[in-house]
Amino acid sequence: MASDISRPYLIEVPNLGLVRQNAVVSATPKSTIRDSLSVSITVGAYGIAFGAASVAAGFSVLQTCLLSLLTFSGASQFAIVGVMGSGGGALSGIATATLLGFRNGLYGLRMSPLLKTKGARRILAAHITIDESTGVALSQESLGQDAMRSGFWLTGVGVFVFWNLFTLAGALGAQSMGNPAAWGLDAAVPAAFLGLVWPRLTSFSDRLLSVAAMGLALALTPFVPAGLPIIATAFLALAIGMRKS
Amino acid sequence: MTTTWWGVIGTSVAAFALKYLGHSIPHRYLENPKTQRTNLLIPITLLSALVAVQTFTEKSRLVIDHRAVGLAVAVISLKFRAPFPVVVILAALSSALVYHFS
Repeated sequence: MASDISRPYLIEVPNLGLVRQNAVVSATPKSTIRDSLSVSITVGAYGIAFGAASVAAGFSVLQTCLLSLLTFSGASQFAIVGVMGSGGGALSGIATATLLGFRNGLYGLRMSPLLKTKGARRILAAHITIDESTGVALSQESLGQDAMRSGFWLTGVGVFVFWNLFTLAGALGAQSMGNPAAWGLDAAVPAAFLGLVWPRLTSFSDRLLSVAAMGLALALTPFVPAGLPIIATAFLALAIGMRKS
Repeated sequence: MTTTWWGVIGTSVAAFALKYLGHSIPHRYLENPKTQRTNLLIPITLLSALVAVQTFTEKSRLVIDHRAVGLAVAVISLKFRAPFPVVVILAALSSALVYHFS
């Protein structure tokens, strides 16, 4: 999901000094607003795919919308409906989704010194701490901390609004379709996962790890309950990530 | 309450807890390079496993069916740098076509 936001931004800032010094008076740079909005709409539109996939996996429209409202983290949402839709139990679904959500915790760690929130504002900030809000915030670094904060809030709230609207549209659309296979929805889900993992495969070893994970999951499938083959591949990541460098 | 409801609630609670924890704990935790590296690798293995399982299994059997065609089309469209929604739609279309004509 974060493939669009990692490109560098080259932006002219004539009034950078003023913006930095005077937080109250300063306006949000136009480019920050533009970046935030374009990411919000593009990424939000993926919500259609999630809404459709979730309903095709057997979740109700209400459950689908609640996942987008409350979980609000694309990969985790796809994971819970993917695992449970293919026969996995709630626990393995939650475990897979939660492992995928760990990175949001690290984003929070990165964002908290910038946002300096507490109370209700911290709850809000935490909820919208995702790939995109963090990515846009970091991409505004050359414009100063106010622009970074604006980027975070605008993108987080923007993605939230569009993601939820499009989720509802996708869920209602899929609900009126009937047999998921006849519309290719059963292939749309793995394609969506592939689209999520693709931008992360930046090196040869990443691609090797990806293929190894696919092989391990398939090899385990006939022998262990649904859902577990997916979680088991996290140990591959652990084994490689935690070894001495 | 059905198991899907447990899935919805459990996922949402855990997702928020992780996000909130990130905003609340002192900065030095989780800063070590191994944690950071593992954190980048976990989505790769889990998402790859999901791709494979969602494409090539039916219950607990390994199968090759119309979904494999959809996945192949997705790979090709990603190679050509197609945007995410296009990838998903092309995969769905090609898979549905094979489903109807086989």
